[in-house]
Amino acid sequence: MKRHVAHWAMAPALAATLAALPVAAETAPGTIAFDGGAVAASLTGAPGDAAAGAKVMTTAALGNCVACHELAAMPDVQFQGNIGPALDGAADRWTEAELRGMVVNAKMTFDGTMMPAFYKTDGFIRPGDGYTGKAPEAELPPVLTAQQVEDVVAYLLTLKE
Amino acid sequence: MRLPYRSKLAAASVLAVLAAGAAFADPVPDAELVVNEEIELVTRVAPGPAVADVLTEVYSGWLYRESETRAMQMDDFDNPAMVFVDQGLDMWDTVDGTEGKSCASCHEGIESMKGVRTSMPKMNGAATDLWSLENFVNDCRTERMGAEAWKWNSNDMKNMTSAISLQSRGEPMKVSVEGAAADWWERGKEIYYTRYGQLELACANCHEANAGYMIRADHLSQGQINGFPTYRLKDAGVVSIHQRFVGCVRDTRAETFAAGSEEFRALELYVASRGEGLSIEGVSVRP
Ligand code: HEC
Ligand code: HEC
Repeated sequence: MKRHVAHWAMAPALAATLAALPVAAETAPGTIAFDGGAVAASLTGAPGDAAAGAKVMTTAALGNCVACHELAAMPDVQFQGNIGPALDGAADRWTEAELRGMVVNAKMTFDGTMMPAFYKTDGFIRPGDGYTGKAPEAELPPVLTAQQVEDVVAYLLTLKE
Repeated sequence: MRLPYRSKLAAASVLAVLAAGAAFADPVPDAELVVNEEIELVTRVAPGPAVADVLTEVYSGWLYRESETRAMQMDDFDNPAMVFVDQGLDMWDTVDGTEGKSCASCHEGIESMKGVRTSMPKMNGAATDLWSLENFVNDCRTERMGAEAWKWNSNDMKNMTSAISLQSRGEPMKVSVEGAAADWWERGKEIYYTRYGQLELACANCHEANAGYMIRADHLSQGQINGFPTYRLKDAGVVSIHQRFVGCVRDTRAETFAAGSEEFRALELYVASRGEGLSIEGVSVRP
């Protein structure tokens, strides 16, 4: 019986700690420390998951990187765009910090670039609620979460030739 | 660190061109648009004064489409928009409203509309507002027929603008950007170059800087409006100019402007001026 009470008493506290942990360690969109275009620290404090990153890059509602970039490393992904440079070998050309900076806000690296900022929440003209064409009803989230940004960075780091 | 990446990229695509023998940034180089084997349409033209500083050549969106889609527009029997043109023609002769009139009561045959589409949008008679073809149609309906205004993107309206546009097929686009229209044109130009939405993309990012490139499965054209109204295979229906604008702005994760809004009428004028000299295709076929 005593054990049972203790169990119930602890559970909410434990759950709260678990839920709070990753959020507490996350860097919020407005507080990113750029060094030029680069961002040295992981936004989550931990390395991302490359396989999840590949998914983010090819999902239209998420990163949709292949809308603009070709990537021979993903031969199964049809209809790759060619507005930006091909991403193969990106990790030979750029450091982890530079790649993270480009996914967060590529305009800090390439002045005036067409590439969208994926981890930014302010400074937009008529931002919409996703692809609905309507004004957002709540506070605007970044296009990608901190975790998704780290996942994409982890995938980009696999692109060596 | 800010790098002039475009120059690097440009050098890379020059190499690709040399290797492949054809530039992917170009539209189909040798296609000619001849409808029903007799009506020759202009799909490439030297830029008019509005865009001489930013474009070297003006291209119709037709040139960027696959050969099957291009072919559908070359024969009126194959062009799916013609069904809707026929419905518009019927409506032209249909009496509606309290005055007991049809369009034909005042304008006679619809051939009287020849050339009208080429100068749209333009200042209204009182020179107080910039009107698109839709506004002129509704003005006749409410003021002269005593009928209800049609909604901008209603089937009735799109059928009618399709039938009217077809009367100008082959005539060159030429809008007036002077006098009272000059302010509208400036406003439209500003909208064209404004990077809207959470993706921060302007019309110019896609249709000026990257025409000819692929954005996912889409071959980007110059975003010209000479083909409108257009039959869009993906939507299995006719799409108006402002409907297309709404779609493009929505794709930047932006809050769009409404069809018929001042913003889109101003933008329509500016985009029309970018296509000066292209033939009105109305009604075109797009994927
Ligand atoms: C709307 C177009 C667009 C989208 C979407 C886009 N990019 Fe880019 N990207 C560009 C352009 C254009 C450049 C070249 C920079 C310049 O000159 O403006 C670039 C450059 C880059 C570079 C440097 C390229 C190299 O190999 O040297 C990386 C890495 C990159 N992008 C990654 C991504 C990732 C990851 C995503 C998705 C999360 C993404 N991009 C989405 C347009 C885009
Ligand atoms: C994110 C990229 C993007 C942006 C930004 C964009 N468009 Fe488009 N637009 C497209 C694509 C893709 C198509 C379909 C292929 C084509 O014709 O280019 C298209 C098609 C069009 C067409 C139809 C052309 C034809 O011949 O059928 C018009 C007109 C047009 N856009 C105008 C605009 C205007 C005006 C803006 C700015 C308000 C704009 N677009 C912004 C991507 C974009």
